[in-house]
Amino acid sequence: MTSTELERLTPAPPPGELVDSPRFQVSARTSLTNTQQRANLKHATTTIRNKRARVVGEVADWQALRTAGEQIKNRVGRHLDEYLLEFEKNFTEAGGIVHWARDAEEANRIVIDLVEQTGEKEVVKVKSMVTQEIDMNEALEAARIAAWETDLAELIVQLGHDRPSHIVVPALHRNRAEVREIFLREMGRYGTPPPDGLDDTPVNLAGAARRHLREKFLRAKTSTSGANFLVAETGSLVVVESEGNGRMCLTLPQTLISVVGIEKIVPTFQDLEVFLQLLPRSSTGERMNPYTSIWTGVSKDDGPQAVHVVLVDNGRTNVLSDPIGRAALRCIRCSACLNICPVYERVGGHAYGSVYSGPIGAILTPQLRGLASDVDRSLPFASSLCGACNEVCPVRIPITDLLVHMRHKVVEAKKSDPPHIPHTAEPQLMSIASWVMADGKHLAWAGKGTALVDLILGKGFKVKKFGPMPYPLSRWTDARDVPMMPEQSFRTWWKKNRGELA
Amino acid sequence: MNAKDEILARVRSALRDVPGNVAVAEDSPVDWKYGQQVDVGDVIETFIERVIDYKATVIKCPVADVPAEIAKGLKALEVKSVVIGDGVDEKWREAIEGAGAKLYIDTPGQQLSALELNEVDAVVSAAAAGSAETGTIVLDHRPDQGRRALSLVPDSLICVIRADQVYSSVPEVVTKLGPSVKEDGLPLTWISGPSATSDIELSRVEGVHGPRNLYVIVQE
Amino acid sequence: MTTTAVSAPVAKPGAGMTVAIFPTCANDVMFPETPIATVKLLERMGCKVVFPKAQTCCGQIFTNTGYYDEAMGSVKNFLKAFESYDYIVGPSGSCVGSVRHQHEMLARRDAGDRIGDRVAAVTSRTYDISEFLVDVLGTTDVGAYFPHRVTFHPSCHSIRIAHVGDKPQQLLRAVRGIDLIDLPDATTCCGMGGTFSLKNPDVSVSMAGDKARNVASTRAEYLCAGDNLCLLNISGVLNRTKAGIKPIHLAEILAQTEGDE
Repeated sequence: MTSTELERLTPAPPPGELVDSPRFQVSARTSLTNTQQRANLKHATTTIRNKRARVVGEVADWQALRTAGEQIKNRVGRHLDEYLLEFEKNFTEAGGIVHWARDAEEANRIVIDLVEQTGEKEVVKVKSMVTQEIDMNEALEAARIAAWETDLAELIVQLGHDRPSHIVVPALHRNRAEVREIFLREMGRYGTPPPDGLDDTPVNLAGAARRHLREKFLRAKTSTSGANFLVAETGSLVVVESEGNGRMCLTLPQTLISVVGIEKIVPTFQDLEVFLQLLPRSSTGERMNPYTSIWTGVSKDDGPQAVHVVLVDNGRTNVLSDPIGRAALRCIRCSACLNICPVYERVGGHAYGSVYSGPIGAILTPQLRGLASDVDRSLPFASSLCGACNEVCPVRIPITDLLVHMRHKVVEAKKSDPPHIPHTAEPQLMSIASWVMADGKHLAWAGKGTALVDLILGKGFKVKKFGPMPYPLSRWTDARDVPMMPEQSFRTWWKKNRGELA
Repeated sequence: MNAKDEILARVRSALRDVPGNVAVAEDSPVDWKYGQQVDVGDVIETFIERVIDYKATVIKCPVADVPAEIAKGLKALEVKSVVIGDGVDEKWREAIEGAGAKLYIDTPGQQLSALELNEVDAVVSAAAAGSAETGTIVLDHRPDQGRRALSLVPDSLICVIRADQVYSSVPEVVTKLGPSVKEDGLPLTWISGPSATSDIELSRVEGVHGPRNLYVIVQE
Repeated sequence: MTTTAVSAPVAKPGAGMTVAIFPTCANDVMFPETPIATVKLLERMGCKVVFPKAQTCCGQIFTNTGYYDEAMGSVKNFLKAFESYDYIVGPSGSCVGSVRHQHEMLARRDAGDRIGDRVAAVTSRTYDISEFLVDVLGTTDVGAYFPHRVTFHPSCHSIRIAHVGDKPQQLLRAVRGIDLIDLPDATTCCGMGGTFSLKNPDVSVSMAGDKARNVASTRAEYLCAGDNLCLLNISGVLNRTKAGIKPIHLAEILAQTEGDE
């Protein structure tokens, strides 16, 4: 073993960078063949969206609450610089320290430096999307600091050498038998082993995780978290969670480092009345999540006495610069759009090649990362535009409008690619079709050609349905029987039966 | 340019379309009416029903019976040791000791370590506010409740909330707790049932890292 | 003009109205029976129906694939073909939804506010057939007769882009002889999604398969919808299962009267 191949401190995730993932279409096809995962996903998403529907139905002014969420987050976006400064001032006055990070690398550098200053070699982590986004665990690992995930699902993912597949329930793609296997195989290598005779009931699996993690909580001197909300008016942070692992990380260690995206601001403490209603009901389908922690800088004699916040841009200002696309920054990471999405339900989160999956991932990731990679160019097309997500979004993000908007940006990006980059004939086809559809005369002219098309494709053979079609239409007809073209078009009928066209 | 200045410059550049000379409230209005009461019927009965929904135990009793109910709760939960903040009602202390439990009083400067807390069976705490619609208890961690770790590490939480601390729903509670945060800078912990997870097959399991037992006494 | 109709078949709530039919390009070529039924139905309601020959398509194939510039020909052409009419009616929640929800945005972006205002005006007068009957003509009983077991799939774009709500079901419930059966998971997408079904064929087929199973479980004779491309997609899969459930557009059921059987 050479010095560059030190033994890892934490389980290794799958190799490769997410941004180098294959196009969604390719990953989705692979995911669909994983029948176990599909069954797990269907069960989980069905359960959670039914729970959501039930508790949302209880709230009389739900639509007004959604509008409030939208309006407050719009206000934040449109005045973000002022709110960030207000937050910094108030958090600092309360004894906290604010750091700013332009990108993932800078954010990770700040966290590593802060941990190294404590002299600690490990941190316990509260589940956080932004630390996934910046790949903080691997950056810490490279600096020889072990980052321990403490959310049960994140623990399953970490021990499983896996990646999260869902924003709120990251191990949604795993069933109890798989979880048991992972715990038996890996847990003992990284701390307290599972009890003898561990079965696969969720209560016993959760019990094993409790024992395994308690040892880490009790010895940890440093922790990291994200935050669901930053309150500008008071300089407070808010973490919404279920298990209590968040509270452990937020209160037991001496040093707390919270890494937070700059869009997480809400203007006032009172604004929390809106989001603390919207988030739990939309997210886990509960009237309220078990635990919410709110803290303001350092709390005397209570919890960590060194409290840091790292405010992360990492592409968010790019999103903000698009007056249409910026609506995606309203997202509060509830995952209701994932749970309702028929595409997500079938392929799961990994197919999106992004920590943000499902409909929100399809509009947010290509804006955060840009449109350089194959996967980012494919994500806006990972939807049938059915719009179910629009209806459940607690901050009324018009997700399908943004998908279409991002498709337009992809088309523009393709058109401006240098000529040596190969593309399909889609732009040419669209251009021809556009000419046809720009004028009724063009369409009438093109329509004369359809008789010939019919003859080639089978009408001449008097079959009742089309036979095999050439690619790409074969993608359609491989699984579906398509009826023959009718004898006459509507236009022809009209001329015969109603005479003049207007 | 340092990171802060550069990020702020990026934000301002991104917001070129936002008129700079318009007041925030005018530029981006918010129509929501804050702090409203929510119609939940009988506030206390709803609160009790919703807390029970989370598989917590709820007892309602007159103020004079609270110490006795605490003692009953400790017995029901088979508690051998209890930790409290240093501002907890004298009568409650007597009841805890009377129930035969070893009592630890967590005091600033003489706090229990995390390892010590881990050996304690239960915490007894007052509350700051409650939300009926969501079955939520909020602590602002004044001395009658104790610092945040107390209501977290021991496996049982016995929480006493006065009926007049229970409000219809979240908006009223946020209004009520504003001064705790804005004036006193206190942390808040919102508790809705025992610790729980649904991470394995969306199957709810009570008690992962926080207390597995939540025992609520509503003091009339 | 104060007489009240005593029974639906003789009521002519559309008397004196001129309606421009927007058959939509796909219906024109692939499903002419649907716009034919729409014309007959509107005429039965007393409307004068005209067919503006300059029309082509709503352009959503371009818009929803990201080709905004290419969609503009359709947007401008829609304006040219229909601007002089007070009522524009099409048998497609999807195409009408695209016209109402996307044309104005495209026009303002490409051609400025002067054209944008005109586009906004004409698209606001564009209706799905179900909306026109219920909202404009104020009727749910159109005098139809259809003695069959029918299940209804509310297409995604009809309910979430055009926002037709339950107007199609209101109309179907008033049809004489009909046995309307609830479709399980009715509002879940069938997987058609325009070019989605070409770009993500495997996911699309999986969605269509689930939808087809739900349809088959109703043991209906007919699967009805307000959008023929959804019907094409679902019945394309259903046909392979030999369930024997026939696709039919809402307008074709509403156009049927007792004499037709």
